[in-house]
Amino acid sequence: MAYSDKVLDHYENPRNVGTLDKNDPHVGTGMVGAPACGDVMKLQIKVNDSGIIEDAKFKTYGCGSAIASSSLVTEWLKGKTLDQAAEIKNSAIAEELALPPVKIHCSVLAEDAIKAAVADLKSKQPA
Amino acid sequence: MTVHTPIYLDYSATTPVDPRVAEKMIPYITEHFGNPASRSHPFGWTAEQAVEEARDEVAKLVNADPREIVWTSGATESNNLAIKGAANFYSGTKGKHIITVQTEHKAVIDAVRELERQGFTATYLAPEPNGLIDLEKFKAAIRPDTVLASVMLVNNEIGVIQDITAIGNICRENNVIFHVDAAQATGKVEIDLENLPVDLMSFSAHKTYGPKGIGALYVRRKPRIRIEAQMHGGGHERGMRSGTLATHQIVGMGEAFRIARLEMKAENLQIRRLRDRLLSGLEEIDEVYVNGDMHQRVPHNLNISFNFVEGESLIMAVKNIAVSSGSACTSASLEPSYVLRALGRSDELAHSSIRFSIGRFTTEEDVDYTIALMKSKIGKLRELSPLWEMHLDGIDLSKVEWAAH
Repeated sequence: MAYSDKVLDHYENPRNVGTLDKNDPHVGTGMVGAPACGDVMKLQIKVNDSGIIEDAKFKTYGCGSAIASSSLVTEWLKGKTLDQAAEIKNSAIAEELALPPVKIHCSVLAEDAIKAAVADLKSKQPA
Repeated sequence: MTVHTPIYLDYSATTPVDPRVAEKMIPYITEHFGNPASRSHPFGWTAEQAVEEARDEVAKLVNADPREIVWTSGATESNNLAIKGAANFYSGTKGKHIITVQTEHKAVIDAVRELERQGFTATYLAPEPNGLIDLEKFKAAIRPDTVLASVMLVNNEIGVIQDITAIGNICRENNVIFHVDAAQATGKVEIDLENLPVDLMSFSAHKTYGPKGIGALYVRRKPRIRIEAQMHGGGHERGMRSGTLATHQIVGMGEAFRIARLEMKAENLQIRRLRDRLLSGLEEIDEVYVNGDMHQRVPHNLNISFNFVEGESLIMAVKNIAVSSGSACTSASLEPSYVLRALGRSDELAHSSIRFSIGRFTTEEDVDYTIALMKSKIGKLRELSPLWEMHLDGIDLSKVEWAAH
């Protein structure tokens, strides 16, 4: 299967690989997917006191497109508010990476990971 | 010696045509182009003689009578002809039940499925975790109306060798026709059809350094096995398979099988040495699991799961070596290998497998390069893997509730 140059670039040089302290109240963690399906994404975001995402990290078990999708969103998330982050759509990820139809689920998974990380962070913050 | 990349380690998908084979084929494309069925002139006679010499060579490799060899387009056609042909011929007298194994090639499984659509019933035996079938379970699957059993000699994904003698003897005792897919076996294991209790056996040229597009089916003469033709026409191959014979392809298969007969003993020793070197190198990596029995196995195959690394991304990472995550026939799909699933491998391990298959032209340098490449890329991908991180944290992944999608 031929991958786009952008997928290959993110796959060869993944951005923001790593782990943040999941117990930090400023850190939200989203873990989506399942080994049975061949992809698991862990996405973490860290917000500052003004509610802006200042750091994002990921680790992904999955195909090249899954790795590229999660690497790309860590770039996009930085500098956004939680509400802006929640607006990132899978179609934008798929378009940016030129994902073929059989790989669209990778972008869906990345969107789900963002939503899960945002929800986790919100649950930690006082209402 | 320098290593030329990409290194070909996918000999179970196909092999290069041996240069000696190609050389022998060429005159039969240009000069000796006659139709072997033409009886009225020397063009036909020359072609017919070449076809019969090749038939002798195929027969000799497997210790059969040349009259028991029927040319086909490859092992897929041989499997279809054997299974559909025998099941249909004998169903009236014997019954409509077929036994095969879950780890068979798709050409066998889908041929049996087609017969199910036509009113047959089928049992798909599960192998043991090492890939071999339990003879008692095989025996228990036989019913009074069982007409045919089909079990492959060497598995294409994990390289395990089934006990064809024991299975065939059970078939004989129960008057069941026994078909064996031997596409992956020629030149790798000794085959003696004069003594094996096998009625029908499928062969392919291109897994044994011959050309693609040619194969053969062994059809036993004593006792005589009958099959219904699946391809109708001019009545070639004693009516079992019509169609003008592809002389140059047949010559290629004959030469490839002749070379295999003469060289397999020495070649297999060399390949085993390389395979063992590859295995000991890869076993230095943590969390690697060999799929399939290590003893009852051809030396050419090493199927390994690298836990916590997904197979497709791994194949992308090791693009300097040509390997596959399963069979070439299923690599277009996103499903994990059905063969590994049938062994009871967990989803993670089934998704993390690589089949290395070694052949005639593999060198020690190729193997050493592969080991170094795998070590570096597995390390990199595990750095990226949340599952590896959880494993290092002591989390049992089988106890995690995953949000399946």
